[in-house]
Amino acid sequence: MKIIACIKQVPDSEAKVKAEGGQINTGDAPLVINPFDEYAVEGALQQREAVSGSTVTALCIGPESAKEALKHALAMGADDAILVSDSALNNLDTVGAARVLAAAIQKIGGVDMVVFGRQTLDNGSGLTSAQTARALGWSLLGLAGQIKVEERTVRVERVIEEGRQTVKANLPAVISVVQSIGEPRYPSFMGIRKASKAEIPVWSLSDLGIAAPDAIIKRSELMNPPARETSVEIISGESPAEIADKLADKLIAEKVL
Amino acid sequence: MKIFVYVDHFKGEAQATSWEALGLAKSFGGSSPLTTTAIVFGSNVDDVAKAALEHGADDVLVADDPALLDFRAETYASTLSALVSSRTPDLILFPTTTRTREFAAMSAVDLNTNVITDATAVEVNGDSFVVTRPIYEAKLFEKVTASAKPQLITLRGRAFPKPEKVAGKSGTITKVEAKTDALTTVEGYSVADVGVSLNDAGIIVSGGRGVSNNPSLQPPAGLDDKQAEIWRAHQGFKLVGDLASTLGGAVGASRAAVDGGYIPYSNQVGQTGKVVAPDLYIACGISGAIQHLAGIRSAKMVVAINKDPDAPIFKVARYGVVGDLFQIVPALTEAFKKKLGK
Ligand SMILES: Cc1cc2nc3c(=O)[nH]c(=O)nc-3n(C[C@H](O)[C@H](O)[C@H](O)COP(=O)(O)OP(=O)(O)OC[C@H]3O[C@@H](n4cnc5c(N)ncnc54)[C@H](O)[C@@H]3O)c2cc1C
Ligand SMILES: Nc1ncnc2c1ncn2[C@@H]1O[C@H](COP(=O)(O)O)[C@@H](O)[C@H]1O
Repeated sequence: MKIIACIKQVPDSEAKVKAEGGQINTGDAPLVINPFDEYAVEGALQQREAVSGSTVTALCIGPESAKEALKHALAMGADDAILVSDSALNNLDTVGAARVLAAAIQKIGGVDMVVFGRQTLDNGSGLTSAQTARALGWSLLGLAGQIKVEERTVRVERVIEEGRQTVKANLPAVISVVQSIGEPRYPSFMGIRKASKAEIPVWSLSDLGIAAPDAIIKRSELMNPPARETSVEIISGESPAEIADKLADKLIAEKVL
Repeated sequence: MKIFVYVDHFKGEAQATSWEALGLAKSFGGSSPLTTTAIVFGSNVDDVAKAALEHGADDVLVADDPALLDFRAETYASTLSALVSSRTPDLILFPTTTRTREFAAMSAVDLNTNVITDATAVEVNGDSFVVTRPIYEAKLFEKVTASAKPQLITLRGRAFPKPEKVAGKSGTITKVEAKTDALTTVEGYSVADVGVSLNDAGIIVSGGRGVSNNPSLQPPAGLDDKQAEIWRAHQGFKLVGDLASTLGGAVGASRAAVDGGYIPYSNQVGQTGKVVAPDLYIACGISGAIQHLAGIRSAKMVVAINKDPDAPIFKVARYGVVGDLFQIVPALTEAFKKKLGK
């Protein structure tokens, strides 16, 4: 199988993120592979192991610096990586990203499975996988906690609010994965060496033969969240029963029940 | 102004945020006449349609077809896209659920528009809508608008008031065509006994790694260390569950508890789990890692029960107890039972 893992680069989740003068300031936090997309790479690698003769290509739209995120995927074990980078792509929304990803997937050609993360940390809308599937005209198997391929059929166990659901489709298919797929493997020593030497091809929009998609969703304002009242009142007492009694009275008085 | 409100349901059980969406739609008064049409997809969904009328919809469009019994993003998206092309609403509101994210996303591709997800506020600005939504794990908020029609917006649960239900209120229910060309097949479900859904819960009691930490509990013979840990954790989660059910709330968990195999992933709260917005969130044996806090920033009040006085969870809590959850949680359940007359 020819498997693609779609990944994005984002500021680390420990970053202190602030709105300053209408701009996003992420301080000196490192840029990393979107944590949800580590699961996408893990899911893709599991399928490579399950179906012999498979390959995994990591695919990312982003600036030149996003090569570092692709190198993380290579270090985890991906066979190769492609960066789509173009100054006309600075203002992508999810439909735009989906159209560009679909064009790249078509240019790669012969792809059987595309694996996505559940959502990005920065934008966090969780739309791109379904939109890429639609743009390609392929089936979507969303929120997979488990993937199993037999011949040209793929079955996933989908994790939804109400429990689990088994869904199947024919390949090629787009799959988004959740944490139940399994902990992302650590980059191996060999992997890190290979990644550090890798030449990552960069495709522009003209390589893909498409124009820059217009962003439909536009930001007009950026705000910091309201400061949270942080003073904690510690409830103490002689016994658990006394503490519980006091706490219950407080909560009843607060009218949160 | 023509507004569609999509009513999301699982096997006929409507997501409460759908009603919040109806309430929001009705609140857009202004000068131009307003129609609020509920949209219901599925098979044998008359009761959902009637409930939509009772929650304020002016009328309901129903695509009722056996092929829509199981949610599939592609059939739901095609059905919606066809409906929108012929009836041209200005705005479509959805509750944010795993289903709506997928099929609204696809419909947006069909209709050359896009979806704004997780709205916590929506303002009318001329003939467009400005939406406030969290980004960067709710470390920031942005205001966005869509430059294409219709605008598709999914609402975060419990961010908007729920309208009063008017029992027996009637209105026109119109059948519309279902598009049934499918690419996927649903083979089966294992529906978890989730009790109160985390999305709609007014109260959530959550357990973390601490629920397995009661050395005085003696596990049955023959368990290895890992099994014994899980056995202990189940005793802890039983206490958490008792408190939750006494308060009519839902059970949540930290990722450490999920990864430890104590409780299913669907209960996980946080960055890689669910983002919740209860009035009251009681964290038991949870340290308060930034990724956990990312899921509870919209909670109105946090209460922490933790052995460690320096646990970061106390920094976001209004009330805290420094102590052993195995003692405090059951005592709290008893106290509430007495005081609430249960
Ligand atoms: C990319 C990424 C995404 C993540 N996403 C999530 C997510 O969605 N949700 C999430 O929760 N985490 C997430 N995490 C993990 C997070 O960083 C923490 O590891 C996790 O939240 C810790 O869970 P915990 O608080 O239960 O465990 P711990 O941090 O081990 O804390 C256990 C707490 O229990 C207390 N305790 C122990 N015994 C008792 C007792 N008997 N009585 C009372 N208190 C007791 C201890 O004092 C301690 O504070 C993510 C991490 C990463 C890197
Ligand atoms: N710039 C990008 N390059 C490659 N993949 C992306 C990009 N943006 C989003 N994705 C993929 O789409 C998923 C969902 O993103 P989003 O819809 O932004 O929440 C991510 O987890 C990635 O797998």
